Amino acid sequence: MASYTPTVSIDDPRTATGGNGVLPPGWGGDGDNFGLFDTRLRRARLGLVVGLTGIAMIFISFTSAYVIRQGLPTLDPRTNTLLHDWFPVPLPRLLLINTGVLLISSVTMELARRQAARKRALAQFVSVAGASVNAKEEISWLALTVVLGLSFLAGQWMAWRELAASGFYVASSPSSSFVYLLTGMHGVHLFGGVVALLTAGVTSLLRRSADSQLIAVDVTGWYWHFMAVLWVYILCLLEFVH
Amino acid sequence: MAGSTGGGETIMATREIAAHEIHAHAAPQGFLRKWVFSLDHKVIGLQYYFLALTAVFVGMFLSLLMRIHLIWPNVSLPLVGEIKPETYLSLLTMHGTIMVFFVLTTAPQGGFGNYFLPIQIGAADMAFPVLNMLSFWVTFIGYIVMLSAFFVVGGAPLHGWTGYPPLSALPSAGPGEGPGADLWVISIALFCVGALMSALNFITTTLDMRARGMSMMRMPLTCWAWFITAILGLLAFGVLFSAGILLLLDRNAGTSFFVPLVVVNGQIAAHKGGSPLLWQHLFWFFGHPEVYIAILPAMGLCSQLVSVFSRKPIFGYKAMVYAMLSIGLLGFMVWGHHMFMSGMSPYSAFAFSIMTMAIGVPSAIKTFNWLGTLWGGRIRFYSPMLFAIGFVSLFVSGGISGPFLAQPTLDIPLHDTYFVTGHFHLIMGVASIFGIFAATYYWFPKMFGRMMSENLARWHFWFTFVGTYAIFMPMHYLGMAGHPRRYSQGTELAFLHPLLPLQKFITYVAFVTIGAQFIFLFNLFWSMKYGEKASDNPWEATTLEWTTATPPPHDNFGGHTPAVYNGPYEYSVPGAPRDYVMQTDPATVAAH
Repeated sequence: MASYTPTVSIDDPRTATGGNGVLPPGWGGDGDNFGLFDTRLRRARLGLVVGLTGIAMIFISFTSAYVIRQGLPTLDPRTNTLLHDWFPVPLPRLLLINTGVLLISSVTMELARRQAARKRALAQFVSVAGASVNAKEEISWLALTVVLGLSFLAGQWMAWRELAASGFYVASSPSSSFVYLLTGMHGVHLFGGVVALLTAGVTSLLRRSADSQLIAVDVTGWYWHFMAVLWVYILCLLEFVH
Repeated sequence: MAGSTGGGETIMATREIAAHEIHAHAAPQGFLRKWVFSLDHKVIGLQYYFLALTAVFVGMFLSLLMRIHLIWPNVSLPLVGEIKPETYLSLLTMHGTIMVFFVLTTAPQGGFGNYFLPIQIGAADMAFPVLNMLSFWVTFIGYIVMLSAFFVVGGAPLHGWTGYPPLSALPSAGPGEGPGADLWVISIALFCVGALMSALNFITTTLDMRARGMSMMRMPLTCWAWFITAILGLLAFGVLFSAGILLLLDRNAGTSFFVPLVVVNGQIAAHKGGSPLLWQHLFWFFGHPEVYIAILPAMGLCSQLVSVFSRKPIFGYKAMVYAMLSIGLLGFMVWGHHMFMSGMSPYSAFAFSIMTMAIGVPSAIKTFNWLGTLWGGRIRFYSPMLFAIGFVSLFVSGGISGPFLAQPTLDIPLHDTYFVTGHFHLIMGVASIFGIFAATYYWFPKMFGRMMSENLARWHFWFTFVGTYAIFMPMHYLGMAGHPRRYSQGTELAFLHPLLPLQKFITYVAFVTIGAQFIFLFNLFWSMKYGEKASDNPWEATTLEWTTATPPPHDNFGGHTPAVYNGPYEYSVPGAPRDYVMQTDPATVAAH
């Protein structure tokens, strides 16, 4: 690296943004004293928070459309008058059961996340030759979460069937359009979470490092909790905002 | 001292190992993994760049067809044959969409941002390389889907790049509004997904992967621009994505989010109660930040180049950063100024108008600082600098008509005329394109290891600079004279006859200016092979990309992570042996 000695004394160095060969305090990415695992985990979590912001924007847009549409009158061509055409759809009771399933899955997800963290802590000892650390874990919370997640999605599908059976299709009324839209978009996102969990599970079968698995499970865990909160929000929106 | 140095080396060594391990993917060997499904941000950057390069020529070709039709309406044209009014609208729609999304959003951010953000902050790659590859390929598929709209029954859509319903929502509304419009919406939704993933990567990378010593306030202004652009993209593309989903449902599932009771060809359509204004609000909530998504990277780059080639520190680094941040913030509060024509409460219009004019303040700060940097500098007029100064000029010329249009009373007569076409082409279109050209000439030596021909670059600059002014300045006069935009021909309308000579002039100049772009194209490909060999730091710049090999190795810095000791614009530092101090130079000048 180049270095030099000044030949003139300087009263006021013309520097753009400070510096002058001093390392600033505070963190600067790679420069911090984090271990490899901590860095990867922090990065993945940060990425998740950023990604969730994007997803939140999608649902914020839907919310604003939902609220605005409720207040809009529509023209009745027969009488040529403006009518108020917003009639809330009676939501199937099944949605409450689904909500319960999703909330329980959020708990199992949290248990899976902690289980993965424990596994990683133990894995450092397992690598010692001859050591065996109670390899048979009690319950695979991860698998249970996947099952609960899929049950939730199946439950949502049944709720759609129930809605259709009582005559509410996607295009039947403005409020039924929003019910299908919001539940559908949430379902797609939750399905993404299920796929992520399955991938994390396969990762463990493929004997990838415990680090990678924990990071995948941890990040999906937070994503899953976000999806649970988002679902409660959507349900409240559909039920109470009229 | 020796002891502490030794300790530092140990720490450095540890860091190198850590950095190497984090950069998990090894240099790929096969052609597919190296050049097609690459995880390397540099290759992905080039992929974005060449995608934009093909897109810009398609977009230009479409504009040329429009220009020809405007003055010779009866001429049959290559590939499209006779141009009917609806064909003209298709050309207009596809020109706008391709240029805005696949050129102005793709090249500055996806292209140069991908290539140089990690290097400039001292990282080995983007935070999530696989996601990065996916963002490119989703964008690429979006582009293919967009182009395929030309080849389906009915052809490309007619609804303009803004896609206003009910026109865009009813397949029966026009010849291009069938499958072509579906493909258009799908393509936009795909583009949104790609842009969201890309924004995620940019933000995480900037926040979390800066090298030791690279504090936020030591980042080059290019990095700040990419970072702020990514934040805008993250917040804006989600909204456009939602709007696209609603539009797809309106088109294909019979819903009425955007479609009111409407009569098409004498028949009442099966929709009622939707609001076209809702689409406009959602679209422009994305659409206005999109303008800054296109131009912020060019602003950052221009700041960089003005400093490098004036051999002076940037005037007011912090002011530049805060100006960009406030432009980004204000950009989310002004979408209503695109909708004065749609009808809104005068109070809302007043608020949007005031906010819009407020953007003039940070914009003026930036312009002032660019001029302040140029002032008294030892300016080196290399081609990147010419384009950077050209950018400042276009930014001022295009920006000055902004406050006109920000006022509802002036906007209402001007909005649907060529005045607006001239305004946004100067500031959003050509100014950003000048940023892309400047970036190409500036970083070409680093990307390809050779210099571009300076002679050809100058010819290219002067033709393009004079040409674009000659095309878009007269459009302001056309607009003030009342020439409506989007009309496929003015030759049949008596009140437009006096304006025909001006239209002819614009078309002639467009021929020359588009022709001049082939100088650039030739220079680009010729120089890749035959250009003069470039040194590692041909422009004598200070930022990290110039400290590494040319072209940079797979992990950017050849196995070590740089440490950053200086700000990015240390030029003409008194007492330094050279007139610049690299960001990685541990200087011995004591701080005062």
